[in-house]
Amino acid sequence: MFEKILIANRGEIALRIQRACRELGIKTVVVHSVADAEAKYVRLSDESVCIGPPPSAESYLNIPAIISAAEVTDAEAIHPGYGFLSENADFAERVERSGFVFIGPRPDTIRLMGDKVSAKNAMKKAGIPCVPGYDDPLPEDPKEVRRVARELGYPVIIKAAGGGGGRGMRVVHTEAALANAVQMTRSEAQSAFGNPMVYMEKFLENPRHIEIQVMADSYRNAVHLGERDCSMQRRHQKIIEEAPAPGISRRIVERIGERCAEACRKIGYRGAGTFEFLYEKGEFFFIEMNTRVQVEHPVTEMVTGIDIVKQQILVAAGEKLPFKQRDIQFRGHALECRINAEDPFNLTPSPGRITSFHAPGGPGIRVDTHVYHNYFVPPYYDSMIGKVIAYGDNREQAFARMNIALSEMVVDGIKTNIPLHQELLHDAAFIRGGTTIHYLEGKLAALRKTQ
Amino acid sequence: MVDLRKLKKLIELVQESGIAELEITEGEERVRINRTGAAQVAAPAAAPVPAAPAPAGAGAPPAPAVEAKPAEVEGHLVKSPMVGTFYRSPSPGAKAFVELGQAVSEGDTLCIIEAMKLLNEIESDKAGTVKAILVENGQPVEFGQPLFVIE
Repeated sequence: MFEKILIANRGEIALRIQRACRELGIKTVVVHSVADAEAKYVRLSDESVCIGPPPSAESYLNIPAIISAAEVTDAEAIHPGYGFLSENADFAERVERSGFVFIGPRPDTIRLMGDKVSAKNAMKKAGIPCVPGYDDPLPEDPKEVRRVARELGYPVIIKAAGGGGGRGMRVVHTEAALANAVQMTRSEAQSAFGNPMVYMEKFLENPRHIEIQVMADSYRNAVHLGERDCSMQRRHQKIIEEAPAPGISRRIVERIGERCAEACRKIGYRGAGTFEFLYEKGEFFFIEMNTRVQVEHPVTEMVTGIDIVKQQILVAAGEKLPFKQRDIQFRGHALECRINAEDPFNLTPSPGRITSFHAPGGPGIRVDTHVYHNYFVPPYYDSMIGKVIAYGDNREQAFARMNIALSEMVVDGIKTNIPLHQELLHDAAFIRGGTTIHYLEGKLAALRKTQ
Repeated sequence: MVDLRKLKKLIELVQESGIAELEITEGEERVRINRTGAAQVAAPAAAPVPAAPAPAGAGAPPAPAVEAKPAEVEGHLVKSPMVGTFYRSPSPGAKAFVELGQAVSEGDTLCIIEAMKLLNEIESDKAGTVKAILVENGQPVEFGQPLFVIE
């Protein structure tokens, strides 16, 4: 087992990783920017290393600084968390070449899944159903592009091969708008990802976002840990997630889950991962795979009892998975609300000092947050300050507990999206379950009109 | 041997808090940090300084360097621009780039910080005299850590 792990991230996930390390008796080294020097998990770490000024590019994305920090502290492994460098194959490679263990899949797996075109092709080969599309780089010839779109049938969506996570995509409803859309997506892709390659898919009009969590070790053992419904999103950013997905038969979840686990065995996947699907009319369509732990991992942890972060560390240390598929039991229902430092309805960021903080508690309530009373939310990073997770024997109880928890929670001094969550938890369609990925945007637009 | 990083943090604590004296005993180690005027740092016995604005304790001999350092340090701080290992000389056994009291010009190499097997020369961003060397040879340093005091 590792003696020391370097945590190359910040915020609630850094604290989450630290907790898993401490449970395993592993010392933690936390790297941080100047802006995070006073963070709780920095103070709780065995060692901390300031790696740069506040901007991410000079700190949390600064590969030499992070590897150097691992060298000077004699860390053995690096956990990249989510975001930042977690899906950067070059980083994973340099970590390994420098003699450290990268807690995640192999660099070539990350590279394969990082290119959304090669990912889709690999999944097709592995028998995973994909969104119908033209899964090669779009040709330069506009006539060809028009032909591809006509074959697929409008509406179509243009996506950056180097993108993902909702970035670098554009929907096209008519042929007239096609050429411009492709051009714009290409330039955005070039500047955002350094790669102008784009591809095209059929745009599913009203799907749900259902993803499958998998866990694999280095010995070709792989299991799926069930699904999560992450349809409550705005501009591809998830706000509320839940497990299991309401109204989807357990049998078809089992079937797609097993296909994902089999795909992991085929490609030699290692560690935690998530297969993201669009789900429409009883069918799953693969869109991308995330080769890291995800923000919403707690809802899966609550319904399966599996500690995903701890398992990541164990797998990276060379251990076999301690469970087989038949050992995975699903019990109850879990909801997660992402708490962001932002105006609840116009969504402008709200950094600043939290002058009063009180976290909720009680049966079935889990709060994953790095903030505390008097904490200063820095303006340099994303606005998520924590997650509240509610677990119940069924969906109704999870909702009831979440409502109680959010009503108890106090975050003064900054604005948060707690009022938006409270609004959504009383929304009739959401309570019924099965709302699609466009639901929240529609609801926000309607709310804005009434104001 | 007292952990120099811990010592540095204690010094910062004393500076920030405004307490006059701090003494910590941990097992066999003891550290006492006494906050006095800057005069104590450069206290040569030589020329008497008439009407010097020295605090009452100025007559006392400076504290032995091994046990504690005065908390007040005036002058320009040269801070580390990166994470790595600090070295005072270009190679083991070679002469150090600079010594205490040495005059340096802007752009002179003060030290090396080794990061990922690469040796990076750290240059002075100010001309002056090396008043203090805050890090030990071979010690790990982080971004923003003060290395030298140049006056």
